Amino acid sequence: MSTMTYREAMREAIRDAMRSDDRVFLMGEDVGRYGGCFGVSLGLLEEFGPERIRDTPLSESAFVGAGIGAALGGMRPIVEIMTVNFSLLALDQILNNAATLRHMSGGQFGVPLVIRMTTGAGRQLAAQHSHSLEGWYAHIPGLRALAPATVADARGMLATALDDPDPVLIFEHGTLYNVSADVPEHPPSDIDHAAIRRPGRDITLIAYGGTVRTALAAADQLATDGIEAEVVDLRTLRPLDDATIMDSVRRTHRVIVIDEGWRTGSLAAEVTARIVEKEFYELDAPVTRVCSAEVPIPYAAHLEQAALPQPDQVRAVAGELVGSDG
Amino acid sequence: MTSTRTALASPARAEQRTDLLRQMLLIRRFEERCVELYSAARIRGFMHLYIGEEAVAAGVMAALTPADAVVSTYRDHGHALARGVSAEKIMAEMYGRVTGCSRGRGGSMHLFDAATRFYGGNAIVGGGLPVAVGLALADAMAQRPVVTACFFGDGAVAEGEFHECLNLSALWRLPVLFCCENNLYAMGTAIARAQAVTDLARRAASYGLTADAVDGMDVEAVADAAGAAVQSVRAGEGPRFLELQTYRFRAHSMYDSDRYRDKAEIAEWRKRDPIDMLVARMREERQLDDGALAAIEDEVRRQTDAAVQFAEESPDEPIGDLTRFVYAERGGAR
Repeated sequence: MSTMTYREAMREAIRDAMRSDDRVFLMGEDVGRYGGCFGVSLGLLEEFGPERIRDTPLSESAFVGAGIGAALGGMRPIVEIMTVNFSLLALDQILNNAATLRHMSGGQFGVPLVIRMTTGAGRQLAAQHSHSLEGWYAHIPGLRALAPATVADARGMLATALDDPDPVLIFEHGTLYNVSADVPEHPPSDIDHAAIRRPGRDITLIAYGGTVRTALAAADQLATDGIEAEVVDLRTLRPLDDATIMDSVRRTHRVIVIDEGWRTGSLAAEVTARIVEKEFYELDAPVTRVCSAEVPIPYAAHLEQAALPQPDQVRAVAGELVGSDG
Repeated sequence: MTSTRTALASPARAEQRTDLLRQMLLIRRFEERCVELYSAARIRGFMHLYIGEEAVAAGVMAALTPADAVVSTYRDHGHALARGVSAEKIMAEMYGRVTGCSRGRGGSMHLFDAATRFYGGNAIVGGGLPVAVGLALADAMAQRPVVTACFFGDGAVAEGEFHECLNLSALWRLPVLFCCENNLYAMGTAIARAQAVTDLARRAASYGLTADAVDGMDVEAVADAAGAAVQSVRAGEGPRFLELQTYRFRAHSMYDSDRYRDKAEIAEWRKRDPIDMLVARMREERQLDDGALAAIEDEVRRQTDAAVQFAEESPDEPIGDLTRFVYAERGGAR
């Protein structure tokens, strides 16, 4: 057991992977001399050199596509994109090549690539650095999408992602990098299952990435109201772990899905639809969503916070749902 | 560029010319058959013909080894055939059969073949370039003396990915041979209507790599230029760019009524048909007579017939296999 930040956990995970497999390398904007836009790769250039810690030009499409090509060519690249907003410059490569090549080639070519990127708001970075577009990527067959919400998952998910023969996207919520926690020596590295972060019998709060903390904070508040909320951390956004979700629904019969993405066409909408399709008769109240306001995320702190899912909102909605007769 | 026309008519030269002629004729006759089959509704979807541009594929592929990699475009029949992907598998792919080189999942625009390191068949203009850069990066990091040949058209030069990739590959001195097939039209838009500077080799050279313009209707000129470029790339001297000046004799695709080109312009280019030009040259140098040409035509016809028969007789993939290969198969369902 050792104490580290989410940022350090990611760094240690990259370091481990690079030490254990010569095919692994890190590539992206400012990952080398600068140490990574958010400091994740600080010190790795000194240990591994510029061949394996590659600073790239500002060319998202070229270096993400180069990651795809290098994966096709037998390497195990980790590509870092500064933010999910910037990943749109590489969306052609991610969708039309990474996600598609195996199927379109009739199974001949796979793309064992990991793409890491920051996501989410809360740091007053305004609309072009703050969006949560994970749900768009979770829409795409051929990809796997992960959202480590804990330091242990930041430490443990990368190695499993690199073992995956298909492209894996890792979404790191920007407010998590400084979060510190004890991490076991051999953290769980499963990337197939959701996790129950807090058990409870009255209502299920489903969250992922940055909203897991929102859900846990809401659960703390609800406990003072006498409501025991269960918090499900999705962890893997594609494929969704329906079994863990539905088990929880069958226990609590009430659900709130918390998603920093916009409500319309969101991942929360997908989770909600699945619950309604599979467990409609288990529900004692409508499945309800707490999502970001449908605005580009603004700069001013009070406006930004007003746009994001807050524990108070979750608490209020939960109170109504548990209070209803069903 | 070294001149081949002045070279002595050695047996080796005659043999190489015969190979190039056979490749070009195979592409021509195969695609002529494709047109018939398209009209008969055996082939569907978008289909883009390479007829007129055969010298580019035949010439460039002649410079590559089996260990090299090829990244192609949606106009890929010629590249695939010249690279050695079997005509049977290509035709079966266009029929949508399970025996096709992409199991019927790709069709005309998405031919793939691992055995010949043929990485598609990319229908996003410019989208293949980053992949080629990455394949070359893997080879460079593993210190393999392998070249990735990346084909794209003049239209791709207007895409951002072209500029990102020339910069990145030149910066990292990666072993990529960029083969720009300049057929003067991006679908229906003439190059001068879309690009402020139409000297594509000059634009490529601005990224600090050697770039040459080549007569893409002269298969020997292409083969020589590609041979020299591949040698340089393989020696670790960084990427090279070839602008292969060519012309498609047919419309952009089977849906195109070709209203945007002057008939006289097409007729003018047809006078420089790459097959006719090579045949004339070989006849002049007494390397080809009527009998030998007829024998090549027979051989190509047999290959094409066999490809059609194979495709006709091949089964469809069971619908139950629809979702296979979205992810790697590891025993468990995903």
